[in-house]
Amino acid sequence: MTVGAGTFSGTPVRRVEDPDLLRGAGTFVDNLKIDGMLSLAFVRSPIAHAAIRSVDVTAAREMPGVVGVYSAADLDLPDAPALMALHPAAIRPSLAKGTVNFVGDPVVAVAAETRAAAMDAAELVEIDYEPLGVVVDMEEALDPGSPAQFESLGGNVVIGLRTGSEDPLAGADVVVRGRFENQRVAVVPMEGSAIVVDPTGTDFDLTVHLSCQMPHVARSALAKLLGMDPKRVRVIAPHVGGAFGAKHLSAEGVVASKLALELGRPVKWVETRSENLVAMAHGRGQVQYVELGLRRDGTFVGMRCRMIGDAGGYGGFGGILVLGQTKLMAQGVYHIPAIAFDVAIVTTNTTPMGAYRGAGRPEAAAFVERIVDMAADELGMDPVELRRKNFIRPDEFPLTTVMGADYDSGDYGAALDEVLRLADYDALRREQDERRRRGDRMQLGIGVSTYVEVTGGGAEFSEVEVHEDGTITVKAGTSAHGQGHATAFSQIAADQFGVPIEQIRYVQSDTALVARGRGTGGSRSVQLGGTAVLQTSKLVVERAKELVAELLETAPEDVVVTGDGRLGVAGVPSKALAWGEVARVAAERGAPLLVQHDTERAGSTYPFGAHVAVVEVDMETGRVVPIRHVAVDDCGVIVNPMLVDGQVHGGLASGISQALWEQFLYDDDGNPITSTLAEYAMPSAAELPSFVTAHTETPSPLNDLGAKGIGESATVGSTPAVQNAVVDALSHLGVRHIDMPCTPERVWRAIAAAQAGTLPDPWREPRSEMAGFPREGAAGEELERGAESVNL
Amino acid sequence: MIPAAFEYARAESTEEAIALLVEHGDEAKLIAGGHSLLPLMKLRLATPAVLVDIGRVPGLSYIEERGDEIAIGALARHHDLETSAVLKEQVPLLAATAHQVGDPQVRHRGTLGGTLAHGDPASDLPAAVLALGGTLVAQGPNGRREISALEFFRGFLETALGADEVLVEVRVPKAAGAGWSFQKFNRRAQDWAIVGVAAVVNGTTGVALVNMGSTPLRATAVEEAVRSGASVVDAAAAASHGTDPPSDANASSEYRRHLATVLVRRALEEASS
Ligand SMILES: Cc1cc2nc3c(=O)[nH]c(=O)nc-3n(C[C@H](O)[C@H](O)[C@H](O)COP(=O)(O)OP(=O)(O)OC[C@H]3O[C@@H](n4cnc5c(N)ncnc54)[C@H](O)[C@@H]3O)c2cc1C
Repeated sequence: MTVGAGTFSGTPVRRVEDPDLLRGAGTFVDNLKIDGMLSLAFVRSPIAHAAIRSVDVTAAREMPGVVGVYSAADLDLPDAPALMALHPAAIRPSLAKGTVNFVGDPVVAVAAETRAAAMDAAELVEIDYEPLGVVVDMEEALDPGSPAQFESLGGNVVIGLRTGSEDPLAGADVVVRGRFENQRVAVVPMEGSAIVVDPTGTDFDLTVHLSCQMPHVARSALAKLLGMDPKRVRVIAPHVGGAFGAKHLSAEGVVASKLALELGRPVKWVETRSENLVAMAHGRGQVQYVELGLRRDGTFVGMRCRMIGDAGGYGGFGGILVLGQTKLMAQGVYHIPAIAFDVAIVTTNTTPMGAYRGAGRPEAAAFVERIVDMAADELGMDPVELRRKNFIRPDEFPLTTVMGADYDSGDYGAALDEVLRLADYDALRREQDERRRRGDRMQLGIGVSTYVEVTGGGAEFSEVEVHEDGTITVKAGTSAHGQGHATAFSQIAADQFGVPIEQIRYVQSDTALVARGRGTGGSRSVQLGGTAVLQTSKLVVERAKELVAELLETAPEDVVVTGDGRLGVAGVPSKALAWGEVARVAAERGAPLLVQHDTERAGSTYPFGAHVAVVEVDMETGRVVPIRHVAVDDCGVIVNPMLVDGQVHGGLASGISQALWEQFLYDDDGNPITSTLAEYAMPSAAELPSFVTAHTETPSPLNDLGAKGIGESATVGSTPAVQNAVVDALSHLGVRHIDMPCTPERVWRAIAAAQAGTLPDPWREPRSEMAGFPREGAAGEELERGAESVNL
Repeated sequence: MIPAAFEYARAESTEEAIALLVEHGDEAKLIAGGHSLLPLMKLRLATPAVLVDIGRVPGLSYIEERGDEIAIGALARHHDLETSAVLKEQVPLLAATAHQVGDPQVRHRGTLGGTLAHGDPASDLPAAVLALGGTLVAQGPNGRREISALEFFRGFLETALGADEVLVEVRVPKAAGAGWSFQKFNRRAQDWAIVGVAAVVNGTTGVALVNMGSTPLRATAVEEAVRSGASVVDAAAAASHGTDPPSDANASSEYRRHLATVLVRRALEEASS
């Protein structure tokens, strides 16, 4: 590849991160060893809801190697950190106080010289629980008589609101109705939560190595909770083994920090896999009652949504997502003139809910795309034609939706055309017809989804410095944890400086090295962090040009970046200075080539796309095999197509998995029954088909790169395509809906019911309590704004 | 994920292993490949005080012809079974079943003796050995004894082995040219079977079921139906007779009964074609 200004962006530069990872030179938290470091283990509640009668730690304290055993009463602990508090009454302590609210709730912390000693001692802690009533099901939690977690809430409803149109179905010729479950899933990053807190350093009062997505956010939160000066706290996010929205300062992290300070020794806590499945926040978890009104010709008239969001124990902040991103994106890619959106957010005695890849947007796309397919079925229209008929057109952008979203740009028809072409949709339909005619055991299902989601928004920081040896240090306030920012952001900078990518040193994820930042979440990084790097690089180049103009006695406008690592006079190849030389002179004059810069706050961008999923359904067993998946995702202008495809591949795997495999389950008493990876159905590559990925590139007008997010898009788009494909495979039998995950048993039951003529109605009225909620007021709007700003 | 403390003793011979079992009594547990026992220990669902490691006892990994049987040492790994030329030729059902166990790592560690001695109804190889009508050889302080596979599985994770016995050998009749089938139904490639069926058609028909009760089961109702001349479909309809399949996160017992019928039919069809 020839090196020069503008030659890296848009090309599949190989990941500069991989050599370290492949050679085992990773810096993951658990690799860290510090002299005198203690290990922490937690005793967690085995009961979903109970009063803590007594805690006896005597035997545990006497175990060899144990330094201390602590319950909430022994430590002056702050509350657990929350990215957003749902209700002032629903507060989670860092260790359980008085009651436990879910299986996995940490009650006692054991600090010991080794991890094994801590775990052995944890076994000996005796806790006397008095069981309380349990509510596991989010709809049962609507019942005012259901056993409440917080007496002052007077039930389990944390937020109940009615919003939007009063009569959205007026004027409809046809109304299709469905009750959809968007099931609870576990996040399951390869590396669970992990933290090392070191109070023994000299430069900082506390140095925290935290497996997280947003080190600066974690530092502010920790300093505030512990009453410390943020400047005296350093947070480092080293190599992070996946986060997917769920990795932040946790309750356990606060306990580890407090103990490190109390004991004056470094403390390590690394979650086990079984802990991770109950302790890390879960995602999704909505029940959606959706009614779509249409004219006979397929034109959408209005939609009524009544939604229940599960917040889990203590009112986990993820419960708010139904009122945030799910509501914001309820209109999807369509014109829907009137929408009513009523919401109940409830606590249940389950793992607290948080953000998981897509955080509210997959839940929106899932119900919109499902009800549109049901409508196509009802009207006897091809689902593709019904979609096209109602698309927002490319010439309508920018556009403020009925839900108040400011869609920046889009061409939904182009993405759909492309995906149908790549999938050879007509041929697939022909094959489906043939299989149906022959009565094949393996029937074909074809599922389409067209989606839009919301990413980014806000500002970001970058710093760029040219050194005298010609290398360039680039920093950004985002914090990659697998995405490849070091590669992509170096590409952006290298293009501005006209240097080889090896000349860029990329620095991130350390509050001592990067002045400020918002971290990585909500697919924000390239569009905000990347734009910050671009703008900051340009500012440095500008400053250098002025200096070079002076040195070479020409006008700044005539100075160009040569593309071979120099700055020269346009058209005069002999007159040029290397970057290192320019940096040296700049330093001599007391104004080094270093710029710190924050982008202006930008609005959110709206990536979109179209997916076609093809599945085979075994009509005897109900087993579903995904055999093809074609994804056309538009994330605006692409910096590195290989990195984008990596994000798409991972996103597809998680999205397909929600449709077919994953679900975190509890029994009626609130005991998790999928708490190891033997039961929790994480798929592997063996279960997934090869992916066909392609892109349309509709630039966003909101940032200099024209980029939109891609980290979550494929997750948003794939789930409904696959679910629609499963239902489509059985639609000739009259099947109209199957909830996710579409397990073999569920699919078999649908087939059996269709054959017996006993198919259940996909609709029933939601519980009556929802009708009694107040209509949206100022408080509701404030909550919504808060919810929308939780951008993960 | 860290087991409770335990003592560890490596046996150099079967006799030494037996002596250690006698010495430590209930406290002791044999470990071979560790792929059933260690997960239980890591979850602290099993907390043996002494582990007697037989993994390196020499001379227990053979797969050899012996008269009209194939004899297999208890320490033969699943990988040895799936790649054995002798087995592929003489008892292809066993090689093919071994190939369906877990993933390559599991197959390189897990042993035939371990999977039989563990007695998990959800495991694959016990059903194959049952369908084949195999013979198990146990060695204790008083020498060796033979146990028919039909008599071996007693209850959930319970076998006919005494606390001081080591399973040393498994023998199955040669069945070159016989019809056979192993049907495994699961959600993910590396999962245990939700339901599985092993079938051999070799003059008589042997059928066994995975995960349809508290032990690996012989499908006697199916076998009787076949003997009395029932069609494949009718015989398969008896698949769940006398079974007590569990309900869990993967499947209800009703669905397991349905699957057993479908899978037995497919197995009989494949084995008789
Ligand atoms: C991820 C994973 C996936 C798996 N998937 C499958 C699957 O799909 N299908 C399947 O069938 N199995 C599966 N297994 C289980 C695997 O096959 C085990 O290896 C096997 O069941 C036990 O063999 P082992 O040698 O590892 O036994 P160990 O774990 O060493 O021992 C198991 C038990 O048998 C006893 N024991 C072992 N050897 C002897 C002996 N010679 N005499 C007397 N007692 C003995 C031990 O004391 C212990 O109680 C899986 C395991 C894992 C970890």
